[in-house]
Amino acid sequence: MADKILKKIYVKVWRQNNPSDKGRFETYEVENISQGSSFLEMIDILNDQLIREGKDPIAFDHDCREGICGMCSMYINGHAHGPDSEITTCQLHMRKFEDGETITVEPWRAGAFPVIKDLIVDRVAFDKIQQAGGYVSVNTGGVPDGNTIPIAQVDAEEAMDAAACIGCGACVATCKNSSAMLFVAAKVSQFAKLPQGKVEAKRRAKAMVAKMDELGFGGCTNTGACELACPKNISISHIARLNREYLKAKFSD
Amino acid sequence: MSNIDSKIPEGPLAEKWSRHKAAIRVVSPANKRKLDIIVVGTGLAGASAAASLGELGYNVKAFCYQDSPRRAHSIAAQGGINAAKNYQNDNDSVYRLFYDTIKGGDYRSREANVHRLAEVSPNIIDQCVAQGVPFAREYGGNLANRSFGGVLVSRTFYARGQTGQQLLLGAYSALNRQIDAGSVEIFARHEMLDVVVIDGKARGIVARDLTNGEVKRFGAHAVVLATGGYGNVFFLSTNAMGCNGSAAWQAYKRGAYFSNPCYVQIHPTCIPVHGSQQSKLTLMSESLRNDGRVWVPKKKEDAERLRKGEISANDIKDEDRDFYLERRYPSYGNLVPRDVASRAAKERCDAGFGVNAEGKAVFLDFKYAIERLGRDTIEKRYGNLFQMYEKITDVNPYENPMQIYPAIHYAMGGTWVDYNLMTSVPGLYSIGEANFSDHGANRLGASALMQGLADGYFILPYTIGDYLAGEIMVPKIDTNAPEFEEAEKNVTGRLEKLYNIKGDQPVDYFHKKLGHIMWEYVGMSRNEEGLKKAIEEIAELKKEFWSNVRIPGEMNNINPELEKAGRLADFIDIGDLMARDALNRNESCGGHFREESVTEDGEAKRNDEIGCYASAWEFQGEDKEPVMHREELVFENVKLTQRSYK
Repeated sequence: MADKILKKIYVKVWRQNNPSDKGRFETYEVENISQGSSFLEMIDILNDQLIREGKDPIAFDHDCREGICGMCSMYINGHAHGPDSEITTCQLHMRKFEDGETITVEPWRAGAFPVIKDLIVDRVAFDKIQQAGGYVSVNTGGVPDGNTIPIAQVDAEEAMDAAACIGCGACVATCKNSSAMLFVAAKVSQFAKLPQGKVEAKRRAKAMVAKMDELGFGGCTNTGACELACPKNISISHIARLNREYLKAKFSD
Repeated sequence: MSNIDSKIPEGPLAEKWSRHKAAIRVVSPANKRKLDIIVVGTGLAGASAAASLGELGYNVKAFCYQDSPRRAHSIAAQGGINAAKNYQNDNDSVYRLFYDTIKGGDYRSREANVHRLAEVSPNIIDQCVAQGVPFAREYGGNLANRSFGGVLVSRTFYARGQTGQQLLLGAYSALNRQIDAGSVEIFARHEMLDVVVIDGKARGIVARDLTNGEVKRFGAHAVVLATGGYGNVFFLSTNAMGCNGSAAWQAYKRGAYFSNPCYVQIHPTCIPVHGSQQSKLTLMSESLRNDGRVWVPKKKEDAERLRKGEISANDIKDEDRDFYLERRYPSYGNLVPRDVASRAAKERCDAGFGVNAEGKAVFLDFKYAIERLGRDTIEKRYGNLFQMYEKITDVNPYENPMQIYPAIHYAMGGTWVDYNLMTSVPGLYSIGEANFSDHGANRLGASALMQGLADGYFILPYTIGDYLAGEIMVPKIDTNAPEFEEAEKNVTGRLEKLYNIKGDQPVDYFHKKLGHIMWEYVGMSRNEEGLKKAIEEIAELKKEFWSNVRIPGEMNNINPELEKAGRLADFIDIGDLMARDALNRNESCGGHFREESVTEDGEAKRNDEIGCYASAWEFQGEDKEPVMHREELVFENVKLTQRSYK
């Protein structure tokens, strides 16, 4: 399985030295990239080149490089996490690109995710939404045996579908309104499908939505773009469930 | 030389933990409010500890280098978490889990710690279910289980192939609840760079804010390290890019002993290395060995044709396939422990039967499971893993077997701790992968998650109280103390030194070189000559690094190269200690394979006459030879036998 070599590609990337810098695109040439390399390995090679030339390498977020930590966040050729589907940037491979191509790389663009440097954005707003209610209020210890409450397999599976969210923010970056509805829905929906989550369902839906609004995320207009960009295939049906949970909570006020 | 007190409680094995809990001191709620605790790292161990300590009423400060605590590398664990629930009625028990773990660890862990781990394991599952972790369920609504390597029962709980993620999100949610309640303060994008010791006790840390380079002081009555393992010393590993050994290494330099550094786990089922541009290795869950069969061709000519790309796996008939694990280990078959499976793969590839272009891969084949169970069942069990494999390799594993090869995965060694999880520095604790105590020379699959959560939820919150009960009269720690001053100077001095070298080569250049030395001489197979060579080459590399590294960017801005340089400086030192420890341990055990110590049929040969100890290395000063203390391992409840999975 010898992979083809891309002889030369052009990487047009967003450079911004700090949050108050205006920022600009710069284009770099990279040579001899194996199509079997990952996109981030290509960026590693470009950065190695920049360091050797005495320039500042491109700052970008990444960690696990296996598509699960949610840290990597690049907007590539107009798509969150690039042209492939159901993957994160770190799992994108160079076989998706052609020789001689110009690849445009931007950070997540959303008011609630300010740029820190280059391609690194601040997603602390996501943590704050979770802190507002994304939990079941149980202390360590004093809980019943795991099999005390049976949970139908189909409910556990649906909860898992929602819980698969990695909190990367691709949904927000893709949404024309910078809405965080899919992110919030994933957590609310996970708990809505489980008996453990039902006790605080009303408080949770209200608190998380209120925090989302407070932090400057936009509203949802059901375009479905978030679902397409989501590397974990989180369905917008969870947004429908969030709306139901939210309305139920509001009506019982 | 043994001046080590592991503080293992008296009494019968099964009663040690409950007797100990009854005997140790407890801090009153009013006093807990006055006590500060720092937790470094927010993986399973750190997040569960910070949340539990916050719930108890302590003031907790939690630190992580990532942008959010949810990113810690526990998230990448795929297959599952063990617990002695015996839900399957297959005669599992606390004792059996204890015994499997001791045996799996090749009799190089502490009996008392391992038994305690097995004892608290059922509580972990209950806790996670209560938090809303969506474990896999049977149709009747009960929790489902699967098997893992090295055991004969089904005790592994799982959430698809994302168990680590779901458990971490559970601990993260508990942590978030405490952050919301104000009992935990979170410092993300902060990296701990030194521990502050005052009058012999840990009293705080110095950390760098990675967004702006500011070096800050934080005081506390106790410091907990939950900073994971040092596998990235090999450059290529299954660890996340940022995983590092620096917190543990700073603690070592401040007097915390470092234990068994030579024990690293090589995971048998990773996607093979591809070319020279690779940055990290991707693990394929061990759970795949439940249904996948491992094989290479029986005939060398078939292997050669595979390597040239003239034929594919499916062209080789069943009778021409060598299912070497089933052949060599009929009773455990494809589910032998990781160290055994890894060495067997290496043996076949070294003998010329490797199946990829580089000759460094074996097949993991699902054809037989799909024939037996149907594609739907396999997709349900492993769908996301198969998808990941296809995205990375461009090969569809439903139709062609996966190619796998061993890779560095987990560090069994780590900071030495006593039974209370306290290091040799009073007030400094180490939990999860960062410590050494539970897995001996080899960790069983699905036990890392178990240990991280056991330490964080159910052990540390008790044992730290015993220490803090003696600290209730100590006022808030003054970060203007000269010890903080000295630690901050130490940190900034080192950063400036690295930054001002202005050499020719980027950090990765040196890291790849270190990785090469480690894999070659301190990897899957070790011998005296190679280890001595490694020590020499590492010393040369150290000189080269400290005189020729180039760090671009600014000190007071986000600067990933500066972060990497600091971590690599420590990895170089850790690599040296690993080689020393491996040289010192002239026996094969678990993940540590010494070519001088093998049985007639090529299996690892343990030598209990000389090897029944845990090493505990003490720092003597920069570039001075460290001193090794021995903690003798005493086995009162299991009989030491040569491990056999045949």
